[in-house]
This record gives sequence, structure tokens and C-alpha cells, in this order.
Amino acid sequence: MTSETGVGASVKRKEDKRFLTGKGRYLDDINRPGQAYGAFLRSPHAFAKIKSIDTAAASAAPGVVAIYTGADVAADGVGGLICGWAITSKDGEPHKAPAHPAIAVDTVRHVGDQVAFVIADTLAQAKDAAELIEVDYEEMTPVVDGAAAVAAGAPQVHDDVPGNLCYDWELGDQAAVDAAFASAAHVTTLDIYNNRLVPNAMEPRAAIGDYDSGNDEILLYTTSQNPHVARLVLSAFVGIAPEHKLRVIAPDVGGGFGSKIFIYAEETICAWAAKKLDRAVKWTAERSESFLSDAHGRDHHTTAELAMDANGKFLGLRVNTIANMGAYLSTFATSVPSYLYATLLAGQYTTPAIYANVKAVFTNTAPVDAYRGAGRPEATYVVERIVERAARDLGISPVELRKRNFIAPDAYPYETPVIMTYDSGNYPLNLDTALKLIDYDGFAARRAESESRGKKRGIGLSSFIEACGIAPSAAVGSLGAGVGLWESAQVRFNPTGGVTVFTGSHSHGQGHETTFAQLISEHLGVPIENVEVSHGDTGKVPFGMGTYGSRSLAVGGSAIMRAVDKIVEKGKKVAAHLMEASAEDIEHANGVFKVAGTDKQVTMAEVAFAAYVPHNYPPDLEPGMDETAFYDPTNFTFPAGTHIAEVEVDPDTGAVEVVDWAASDDFGNVINPMIVEGQIHGGVAQGIGQALLENAVYDPDTGQLLSGSYMDYTMPRADDLPSFKIETTNTPCPGNPLGVKGCGEAGAIAAPAALMNAITDAIGVEIDMPATREKVWRAAQSAQQAAE
Amino acid sequence: MTAPIIVTLTVNGEPVNRAVEPRLTLADFLRDELGLKGTHVGCEHGVCGACTVHLNGATVRGCLTFAVQCEGAEVETVEGGTDSGRLKDLQDEFVARNALQCGYCTPGMLLSAAELLEQNPAPSRDEIREHLSGNYCRCTGYQAIVDAIETTARKRVELER
Amino acid sequence: MYEFNYHRPGSVDEAVGLISEDAKILAGGQSLLPTMKLRLAQPSDMIDLAGIPGLSDISVDGSTVTIGATATHASVAASSAVAGAIPALAKLASGIGDAQVRNMGTMGGSVANADPAADYPAALVGLGATVHTNSRTVAADDFFTGIFETDLAENEIVTKVSFPVPQAAAYVKFANPASRYAIVGVFVAKTADGVRVAVTGAGGSVFRASDMEAALNGNFSASSLDGIAVASDDLNSDLHASADYRAHLVSVMAKRAVQAAGG
Repeated sequence: MTSETGVGASVKRKEDKRFLTGKGRYLDDINRPGQAYGAFLRSPHAFAKIKSIDTAAASAAPGVVAIYTGADVAADGVGGLICGWAITSKDGEPHKAPAHPAIAVDTVRHVGDQVAFVIADTLAQAKDAAELIEVDYEEMTPVVDGAAAVAAGAPQVHDDVPGNLCYDWELGDQAAVDAAFASAAHVTTLDIYNNRLVPNAMEPRAAIGDYDSGNDEILLYTTSQNPHVARLVLSAFVGIAPEHKLRVIAPDVGGGFGSKIFIYAEETICAWAAKKLDRAVKWTAERSESFLSDAHGRDHHTTAELAMDANGKFLGLRVNTIANMGAYLSTFATSVPSYLYATLLAGQYTTPAIYANVKAVFTNTAPVDAYRGAGRPEATYVVERIVERAARDLGISPVELRKRNFIAPDAYPYETPVIMTYDSGNYPLNLDTALKLIDYDGFAARRAESESRGKKRGIGLSSFIEACGIAPSAAVGSLGAGVGLWESAQVRFNPTGGVTVFTGSHSHGQGHETTFAQLISEHLGVPIENVEVSHGDTGKVPFGMGTYGSRSLAVGGSAIMRAVDKIVEKGKKVAAHLMEASAEDIEHANGVFKVAGTDKQVTMAEVAFAAYVPHNYPPDLEPGMDETAFYDPTNFTFPAGTHIAEVEVDPDTGAVEVVDWAASDDFGNVINPMIVEGQIHGGVAQGIGQALLENAVYDPDTGQLLSGSYMDYTMPRADDLPSFKIETTNTPCPGNPLGVKGCGEAGAIAAPAALMNAITDAIGVEIDMPATREKVWRAAQSAQQAAE
Repeated sequence: MTAPIIVTLTVNGEPVNRAVEPRLTLADFLRDELGLKGTHVGCEHGVCGACTVHLNGATVRGCLTFAVQCEGAEVETVEGGTDSGRLKDLQDEFVARNALQCGYCTPGMLLSAAELLEQNPAPSRDEIREHLSGNYCRCTGYQAIVDAIETTARKRVELER
Repeated sequence: MYEFNYHRPGSVDEAVGLISEDAKILAGGQSLLPTMKLRLAQPSDMIDLAGIPGLSDISVDGSTVTIGATATHASVAASSAVAGAIPALAKLASGIGDAQVRNMGTMGGSVANADPAADYPAALVGLGATVHTNSRTVAADDFFTGIFETDLAENEIVTKVSFPVPQAAAYVKFANPASRYAIVGVFVAKTADGVRVAVTGAGGSVFRASDMEAALNGNFSASSLDGIAVASDDLNSDLHASADYRAHLVSVMAKRAVQAAGG
């Protein structure tokens, strides 16, 4: 780090001012002139045919401007919502992609499925009118559980998807795994469920469609993590408008966690309706609506088997997973339980043979797609729970068993049996650091002290790894991705020396307005207050793929560095001319251009001014100082580390208190330590939420979402969580100019296994997530009885 | 259509007089009638706390209060707390400690924190966490928020010496 | 939510006069407004009690604590008079919901709403309180009659609740982690008429655990409750807790309450 505002500094966030003073500009804060308000009528049934829809009374209600059903949408040739990742089943067949209309046409397939859109002068009028719509449903028996959906005789969610099977996919070497099991001294088996979650960003989804009839342009405000991708999908697949006639703006967005990546029905319809009516149409989700219609996360049933030799060395891992896709395929749904999951099953270990079979199935539930971690929490959960079970089976300490199987620090690049080649890391260091941080050696004494108060104390580890910095385009293309996963950056100097960075990344809490500015401050010597980071508006920013998969610094930041390189290259020519030297003799560092071997120098600001006022300027060089770059990563990045949870369980009630948490994580180079720490805290909080509190539950008979509000869906609150002890180590990422690996999802990936392993350690029995008090109590009771 | 009711109240120190529908919540009144967008709506269940405002000096949920219930009352939002300087040291500490990420819960957090420190100038971390139990945050995991409030409290005490 | 007419009467009589079949009384609104926003309740008229003077008074006169219907949970929790006379009541109030809920939620609203998982009903029955309305008084034992049901007549409004000061009392709650309502809440009190054990959250309405009371009357100590359990047959069972688990929790919480009350 060269300064207080450069790389490696915990620079205070530039964006905080507007958020702290109530001047943030979130989507619901925005109003368009003359706007009308829309409300969706949603299905109360999990699975039903729509026999008829009578909108007569509703249309006559006060203030109603229009009512659209699925038939109206289809009649206008509006395409359905798409899934952009092609998965091929074992038998060579492409995954089943049943129709996904923005508004249901003849069948509703989950509670909350869109049935009609009512547009009125006021929101209250729209809601009042929606209640007057009469829908004649013919109810059918739903299926909500993934395992039940793929069993014989289950209700078929889509007529064209036999057995509800979207795909039956495999990865790895089945023969090698079978051989490993044949020769194994020990086999540990694990049946495990990764529970369904509702992302619950604090800002509900919202959209405003507006139309400029003079230019035939649609303007869409949407709570999106990737406005360009939204524009591309709406244009190329849904057919709303050509891209050059569609501007998408994602303003301040109040959290995403993956749930705001996808292109949803609601913004699609707002964009379409605005043009149809030549009037702005605004929709904001109610929270209950969000519960029903935001893409949910996780929901995997898995059976895993780990084959080991007599010393506990892992010989092979076999994994069978049933992944719930929900009623329809959301935008990236197919990728999450396949390439974002199975490719991490090596974990931090040298397991030489791995085989995974994943069945993705449709059910009558909300669509399931990426949620913080997206496939990697599911993988880590399987691996880190089976490892600790194996340790118990073998009578080896969980620390020792991991160490026997870690990939060594000198083994990089390390090619796993599941496609990924890990680039750098030091897993033993992270483990040892975490053990010290939590005072692992002192645990026995703490456990005895808890025991003296009638409580049970437990400690659990999770050595996680993830593939981030998504992703090398050709690689993911070959795996079925329909898009590239590069990123864009435009670094534009103003004549007076300030800089605007246009980034295809999007910040909805990640602090890019600060960290990206730090890059410019560090490398081009521009005072950080003179750097503006612009994101979210397709009308201003070059095409970008957006923010998810812990990619923004690794890919978006690298794009900035490429643009910076171009700036410097041009700057050298200008500097050479200004200093009457040759360009080869110019050295640059942190915004200062020097003639090598002399003390002649000019600053970046002087160079930028000269470029805009080119009176004394290289004759064959274009004026201006404004460079754009696109960066395509050469590999995923592989953040990794160890988290340790310590819990105290009250055996009388099953209440679990998380009494301590330590983590040692390797994110490569760190641009802003304070922001990184915040990302870990938030991720761990969500991971603890999954393990202890949160659960999206559908009634198996009726398909109703039982946990459809904050009264029943337990979100982590301030008094549910401990303070966390977080440290980072650094094995730089060799794959990108910044040497960064990304950190946004790590906490959510690592935490659930750590917490569940701790609870198991406390009560002596394994249970599934969430570890509700009743579940823990019953398990502790049965363990107690078994012991007696 | 029910008859609108005239409501007179003070918002951020300024007298306000409006005719409103009885069913208009205070949160919607502040946002839509007065253009004060800092009070956020995160749920209609009355749980998440993003709509927290001060009503006659006490934190309440703006989404669970009707504007008409506020006849004669004093309401302060994050904008008012900013203009008056009442929230200044908390805001400074929130920045210093990175106690916000997406910012959606932040106005509510600030107002809850302000109330806590007025009632309890030297709260323990547990007391801080307990007082914030009515404000959801999905981004920060709460620790930085607790740190920021604890530091603000400590600095206030030091200032008074 | 649906439209309604709003009234702000200046007296209890005026408020009673406004009552009609589809009217709702508005006190703190912390339970009412969520149901209205979910369009589960559709009152035609809202009768706001906030403008009625004297209705939020809290007074203690040695042997009785009287809390006005519109007294907020926060004011009860912060009242040194209540803390001095019945500390368990002040403590219970301080644990209702969260800070924002306590600043608006009221004694009268909670009592009249009779949520099976609310805290106050356990205190009323646990202390043998008396509910005062505009027309009569009702013993707490007779007041809570079912799920969200009370003995209140159509034209009755709760005006205050009077609590006899006990010899000792405590309330221990095992909260629903999502809603923070009581999965099980047990209020134990040594009163002039013997021990009372009132259980909220576990059943359709607050109830007294008479077997526990009998045991504690013999010997006021947690060990007296060994082996005594409430039957799980009539207890609630939902996403958060089965009836069996609730029955178990009643025993655990009752013992903890007895210990906290000095037993």
C-alpha cells in the first residue's frame, strides 16, 4: 500500500454519506411522471389448471388502467423467461426447459405464481381491483419435495417433463470411485439435507417500466445485480425491445445475495406494459410476495460416501444429489447444483477419485437459483460434514484427519478430479491460525465449565473452498453457459484531472464505489475524492456481466487494471512528449511519469490535461484520456480457509447459543480489509441463519408456504449472533492482475458445516439443518438415553 | 371512499398540515406526501424495522402507525436527525467502522441507536444487541454496528469528562 | 389495506358510542395493523383511544398496581413504581416484542386481543388481576376464553387492569425465534390466595397449571414440580414446536420461574 487511500487500506466508504443521511436512491424512492401502479394477482394454489379468468368486475373498478393475463402477454409475442445454462444429462439429452411464461397461461405451478397484472392510478386501487378478478381453478395434487418429485407416481409438474426430471447429470470418474471403494478400509456414509432458504434482502424487489414514444425507447428501473444482463435477456430472449432501444437502470439496490441476478416476471411485465400503455408502470414487492416469488436457495437431498484407507486417507468420494429446481427454471438455476457444486467436492483435500450424480427436479414450489454461495455452500456442507463424521467413525481427531488429507502448500497449481485446478493456497496455515484464534486447546476446560452449569459445549470446524471470480468465458461456455463471464471497465479522465470509472459490476452493498476508487487512487495517483465510480446504468456503462459469484474485484477490478494499463501506456507517450524524451525512457508509478535516470517528471493530472488541450502533444496520438477494457479471467479463483464455531447447548430446551466464532480465510491480496471483514461477517451471519434459524417450508399436502412471513421465517437478529474473530492470510491469486480471490460468499459457504459440526460435538448426535431448539432437544434426549 | 382527515404534526422540526386517507401509514406519509425517502419499507409484517422513526421521542415502526394517529405529535426521521446534528457522532462512527453495506436498514439502525444511547449512555454489547433486535440487517452480521454504537457511547462519556 | 373511517374520541363513553359490528378499537396497533396490511382484517371504522386522557395512567397504592389500557409496554417496563411493587410485571413488559413494539403496544390492546402467545395474559392470570371495562370488572380467570377470544361484550372497552401485589413472582418465557411471541411463557406468583401458575403460548388460551399450583402450595421450590407435567393433548402444535415439546417446556419454564421467584 502506498497511501491511506490506496490498495490495502481500510478506506472509509465514499457511498456511506447518502445512506447514512437518508439520501440513498432505492427503486421505490423513484417515481416517474404520470406513473401508474401495478399489482400482481397470484395463485393461492400450489398446482392448478386455470379454467377461466373473469376480469370484468376488476376492469370496471375505480382507477383501473389495464389488466393483463398470460393470454394477453402471449398474444403480444412476449417470450418466456429463460434459463441461460445448458446442462447435458448422462444420456446425452439436453436438460428439459419447459415453458416459463411471465404470467401463467393455463396452469399455475406454485403458490404465488403470477395469474394477472392489474395496473391502476394508485397502488391501493390496483390491489382492490385485483381482488375482484375471478379465477376458476381446477386444483391438482402438488409435490413439493425434490425426492418425492422424482419418485414413481409423483404429480407431474410439467406435461413435457416426465418424472419431473430436468436433468440427470454426472461429473467425475465413476469407475475410479468404484475401484476406490472396493479397496477401502473404511467407508463413511452420510445422508444429508441442505435446507431451502429465502434470500430476504432487506429491500424488496421492484421495477418501473417507462416508455418514450418519441424515440420508441423503453426505460426500465429494476432492482438488479446485473442490468446489462437483464437488458440482454429481455431483448434477445423475451423480445421486449432491441437492446439499443432498452435502457436498464439498477439504482441503489438494498442487498441482493444472488436473488436479484435473475430476470423475473415482474420487471419483464413492467417493461412490456409501459410501452403498451405508453405510461410508466411501477411495481414494488410486498414482503409476503417476495417470500413467494423471489428465487429461493439450496434445497438439496444428498447421499455421500467417503472411502478411506486404514490411516484415514481419502480414496474416493461418491455423491448423489437431488436438487430442487422449483416450478420453473430461473435464469441460472441449472448451473447451481451442477458446475457450481460438484466441481468443489474435492474440498481442500487430495481425494483422487470423485463421482457425483445430480438429478435436478421440478416441484410445485418457487423457482430455486443461486443464493450467496450458489452450489458451493452445498458442496462444503457435504464434504465438511462427512469429514467430521469420518473422524468420529475412525476415532481420529477432526483436525488430524483434515491435515492428513490437505492439499500441500507446494502442490499448486493443483488439478482436482472435478475439473477445477486450484491456483494457490495454504490450507494448513488457515487451519492452524483458526485453531489458535478460537483457543482450540483451551476447549476442554471450557467444556468442563459449561458442564458444571448443566450445559453442553461443542466445537466444530469447516475447511471450505470455493470457486469464485466467475469465470473464464470459454471454459464456462464449454460447460453450457449461454453467456461469457468477463467484465468491463472504462476509465475516463476529465480535463481537470478527476476520473470517472464506469464498471460493469454493480454494488448493492459491496462498497465498489470505494474499493474501485482505491485502485485508481493507488495506481494513477488520483486523490480518492476525485474518483467517481459509476455503475448500474446501461445508458452510461459499457456492457458488463454484473456482480455475483464473488467476482467484482477479481474480474471487474482486473478490467479496471487493464484500462489503467492502457491509460498508462498512452500517458507515457504524452509524458514523453511533454518532457522531450522518448516513450521507452518513461517510467510510471502511481500516477507519476519520470524520465528514467533523471528527476524530470510530470503527473497524471498534467498528462490528462495535455490530452484534452493538446497544444503541445504528440502529432500522431489521438487526444483524450479515456480507455475501455474488457477482462476475461483465465481461471476461477479459489478462496479458502477454516471456520470454527463454538456453541453451548441447553439440553433442557435445545436452545443453542453461538458463543464464539473464529475464521482464518485466504482471499489473496486484500484491497480494503475493513470491507472484506464486513463481507465475512455478513456471510457467516447468513450461514448461521441457515444452520440455526431459517427454513423455507412448504406443506407437503397443500403446497402452501408455511414460512411465508417474518412471523414464521426466522431471520438472524443482532441478539442471535456473536462477534466474530476473523483473520486473513494471503497466497496471492496468480490468475489476475490484482492477485485477489474474492470474499463475498465465503462466510455463507463455510458457516453451516462449522455450526452443525459444533452442535454434533455438543450433543453427540447428528441432526439436519436448521438445528431448531426442538430438534436439538429431541436429539440430545435420544443421545442421553442411548448413553444410559 | 372514506373522507380524508386533516392531520397537523411536526416533522423534523417543521409544522406539517395535510389531508390524508386514514389508512395511510406514517411511513408512506413521510415518503410519499413529504418526499422524505430515508424511511424505508422492508416488509408489511411490522417486523423488519427498516421503517423505524422517532415519534414523540420514541422509536416506532412507521409502517405500523397511521399518519392520522400522529395528530399533534413530533416525528423525527433520519433526515431530521441529520439536519439537527443529533445523529452526527453515530453517523461518523458508522462510517469509521463500516457499519453499513447496502444501507437499507441504516436509517432505522441509527434512530434505534440514538434512542438507546439516550436511555442508556453506557450500554454493554449485549444491551446494544438486544436494543437492536427490532432492526433486521441482512448485510453486516451486526458486529460492526454494535462496535460503532459502543464506540460512540464511549466517546460521548469521554467528551463529558 | 382496505379503507376505513377514523375516529379519535375524547372519552371512553364517546368511544363506546362509536362501536359497531365492523369497527375495531385502536390502541397501539402493533397486532392490528399487520393483520390489516395482510388484508386479513377489514374494519369499517377505527376507534383510536390515544386521545382519551387518563387512560394511560399507571398507579401503585401499596397493595395494587393499576395500569391504564393505553399504557405502553415501555412505560410499564420503565415505571419505577411498577418495578418496586411487582418487578416481574415490569420485567415481563420489557421483554415484549422489541423496543419499537414496546413504545406503541399497550396493556389494553394486548389483553383485549388475547393472542394465545402474548405475555400479558400470563401475568394477569398469574397474579389474579382484575380487568376493568367501561361497565364492569372481570376477574382474569374469567376473562380469557379462547383463541383471540375474551369475555368482553360488544360494547365494552378495557379501561384498566389492576394487579394485586404478590409476595413473590417471576415470568420466564421461551420465545418463538421468529415472532418473539411465547412458545411457552410461565408466570408464577405467590399470592394471598396461594400459588398461581399461568401458562401462555402453549395452549389455545392462557391456562392455569393446577397440579403445579397444588405442588407449589405444599412446597414453593422447583423440585416440587419434578414429575408434574401438563398434558400435551390440548397444546398447540405448529412449525415451531410440537405439543409434546411445549408440554416439556412448560415444566422447564415453570421450574425456572419458581427459582426466579425465590423458590
